[in-house]
Amino acid sequence: MSKHHITTTINNNPVEFLCEPHQPLLDVLRDELGMTGTKEGCGTGDCGSCSVTLDGRLVCSCLVLAVEAEGKTIQTIEGMAQGDHLHVLQRKFLEHAALQCGICTPGFLIAARALLERNANPTEEEVRFWLAGNLCRCTGYQKIIEAVLDAAKEIRGA
Amino acid sequence: MLTKTMDPAKVLKVVGTSPVRPDGVPKVTGQAVYGADTILPGMIWGKILRSPHAHARIKSIDTSKAAALPGVKAIVTGADLPDHKFEYVGPERVAVNYWHMTRNILAREKVLYEGHAIAAVAATTPAIAQQALDLIHVDYEILPHVIDVDEAMKPGAPLLFEDMITRGIEPAPTTPSNIAKRLEFSVGDLAKGFAEADEVVEMSFTTAAVHQGYIEPHSCVARYGADGQCELWSASQGHFVVRAYTAKLLGMDIGSLLVHPAEIGGGFGGKTVVYVEPVAVALSKKSGLPVKIMMSREDVLKATGPTSGASMTVKIGVTKAGKIVAADSTFKFQAGAFPGSPVMNGAMCAYACYDIPNSRAVGYDVVSNRPKSAAYRAPGSPISAFGVESVLDILAKKIGMDPLELRYKNAVSAGSPTAWGPKHAHDGFKETIEALMKHPSYKIPLGKNQGRGVASGFWFNGGGESAATLHVNEDGSVVVATGSMDVGGSRASMALMAAETLGIPYDKVRSTVADTASIGYNHVTGGSRVTYATGIAVVQACNTVIEDMRGRAALTWDVSIDDVIWEDGHAKLVAGHAGDHAPLSLAAIAAKRAVTGGPIVAEAAVNAGGMAPGFSTQFYDVEVDPETGHTKILRVVAAQDVGRAIHHDYCEGQIQGGVVQGIGWALNEEYVYDKEGHLSNAGFLDYRIPVASDLPHIDVVMVEVPNPNHPFGAKGVGEVNIVPPMAAIANAIEQATGKRMTSLPMSPPKVLAAIDG
Repeated sequence: MSKHHITTTINNNPVEFLCEPHQPLLDVLRDELGMTGTKEGCGTGDCGSCSVTLDGRLVCSCLVLAVEAEGKTIQTIEGMAQGDHLHVLQRKFLEHAALQCGICTPGFLIAARALLERNANPTEEEVRFWLAGNLCRCTGYQKIIEAVLDAAKEIRGA
Repeated sequence: MLTKTMDPAKVLKVVGTSPVRPDGVPKVTGQAVYGADTILPGMIWGKILRSPHAHARIKSIDTSKAAALPGVKAIVTGADLPDHKFEYVGPERVAVNYWHMTRNILAREKVLYEGHAIAAVAATTPAIAQQALDLIHVDYEILPHVIDVDEAMKPGAPLLFEDMITRGIEPAPTTPSNIAKRLEFSVGDLAKGFAEADEVVEMSFTTAAVHQGYIEPHSCVARYGADGQCELWSASQGHFVVRAYTAKLLGMDIGSLLVHPAEIGGGFGGKTVVYVEPVAVALSKKSGLPVKIMMSREDVLKATGPTSGASMTVKIGVTKAGKIVAADSTFKFQAGAFPGSPVMNGAMCAYACYDIPNSRAVGYDVVSNRPKSAAYRAPGSPISAFGVESVLDILAKKIGMDPLELRYKNAVSAGSPTAWGPKHAHDGFKETIEALMKHPSYKIPLGKNQGRGVASGFWFNGGGESAATLHVNEDGSVVVATGSMDVGGSRASMALMAAETLGIPYDKVRSTVADTASIGYNHVTGGSRVTYATGIAVVQACNTVIEDMRGRAALTWDVSIDDVIWEDGHAKLVAGHAGDHAPLSLAAIAAKRAVTGGPIVAEAAVNAGGMAPGFSTQFYDVEVDPETGHTKILRVVAAQDVGRAIHHDYCEGQIQGGVVQGIGWALNEEYVYDKEGHLSNAGFLDYRIPVASDLPHIDVVMVEVPNPNHPFGAKGVGEVNIVPPMAAIANAIEQATGKRMTSLPMSPPKVLAAIDG
């Protein structure tokens, strides 16, 4: 088994790593790079806890091979706040009590940001369907939906 | 006693608001460290070999090839753990038997379910550990298995334990069976009661095993030193209980094991027990290296949780005037592979909402070839409520009474009897029914294929052992530490109660969860006990500090402590005192601490009684698609007595979360087994929990009937919300379709079959 040398960009930083050909991106982020903000809930692409963006596209990092990151741009939860300035979604999740245990929260934030980048004026139904790939067992989703709609409103300056 | 009982007239400034939680920013930035996020220098990886068979005798385990694989550092099997005496210990409702527990951690004589742990390997990489598992050879004698609870109770069923004699029957049976225990709660005269009834309904129901479904799989890291001292990082609902179980299972002194509370990614009862922790410690001890074990989602579904599926018969009689005169039920609960289903809770909670003069609830705890059941949110109560609250709905229709009114007429209040002895001591249930009666949505007209269903629920709530410490820093900021794991905002509620008691702003309080070496014992975060019991400990510690502050102010002013009061975060002279001293703030006193007695520290330890139960009444509006059998939830209104909301939004969030878990239990979730006894849906794709697009707005009505035994009136809020949904949704489907669903989940194929049938 020889490892692959991958050159990529994570949260706007140049990153190089070595990985096995079968290793999922999630495992490299967490176990090789120490970026444990991205969570593993299932490893089969069903829960969305490991959501990241790859060249702007929302993906489950457990379903992406690490070698596929070559030359690409990855955004993870660790890159969402700018210094001590939280992203509006992070702030709204806190204000709306949209997390209880918090394990699904990084995935929801990454997915919600991907939605608002495409559609800053989503309906409640659009938010519910966009986030249907992210599982939360604590909140019943109510406060998550409210936080995302409120963040969208602030982004629009409404 | 330093606890002051609640003064209902007192206006609260901080309690009841919704500030951002102290642990919020780390959890939205990915910085919070959960069970799987701990990385230690030199750490290696543990993996567990699991049974491919539902039931088999282990003839031999050969680990020699695995041990020879380069990179393998340790292997353990059941033989590496000390065995335990066969005895049930602890209170009957939650008794444990370490003879069983050690066999669930690592199998010994037999494997009892698919996924049962057999052996574990620690290796330098996860890939090598996996490779080593494949090299372990287990020689099995495959045995007939039994999955269904009714099948498991039949004479001649395959026996999980060849010597198990049912407990709770006099005289004891002479032949073994899978029935671990029988129990009964009886009140009054059933024959007389049913003779008084104008309408009697008897019906049988089944519920499926469902998993707690926390998004974070079980994981931990253990580091065992050559000096016999061990540290464990574990995501659990109670690190003191993890410590106790792990030490007991490994024959260690409790003091040699320090457990760090990792952030927990959901538990709902399922993380009040240990699975991987003793294994990781054993591997670390053997290898001399830190060992991390992470379960996969498949492991979680096959080998942890779930709560029991059940089979039950419920018979209830009412008069035309709507008085429930008699109830007689039998509840048969799947315990899983080892005894210990929540059937006792189920039998106790079954009629706990109602004042029924003649009742009997019989329970059976039955083993079968499934994973050992674990606590799940109000364990047992939702199961019996599905039967009881469905039958009440049918009776309400038969006597032409609104279902809320029937419940109201029979509702318990303080002074009402219970089936298990002591009288109810608290109000709160009737108020939840009233809240729905006057809710505007209860009158909204329904359309074609739509129905409205009502149900209520009871849960005991917990008190028990908690400890807290309070430190006043030199600038007047405060640190509150408890040993209660924060599953959903308890750091915030502790900070709110401390800020309110001390009279200082919320943001001056840092609220933390301390490890097992840094604070006194705290029982699990479970039973909806933390805001109540740990909250009392926090308030007691605050009151001790206030006494200290008054003493220091008295010293400074050279007056008697009796002349000093504490008000709005300041020491003040009592009104009318002759002296003239400006009030001293907490910060001003703290700044002079060295000359007034040194560090300002208080600790409090309680074993809290006096908790009040939870009551919830909910209604659901549904629309059933007659073409597909799919049930869409249109509207939910959930009323619950919360005593007094400490953190308003997290309180509301508990209710919304419990409701949605109940919707999943009602409509989707179930363990599906094939003929070989293999779980067919061991993943989130096929074990489908509700997603955002399945759900409407969840409307919560928080009823506040304060508990006078808590400084702010709090009652546990975490659990009772999951009790009503299954029956309420069944009742709504009946109204929409005319068909009574008696089997959970009410999935589209089952509803369609009922409609077409």
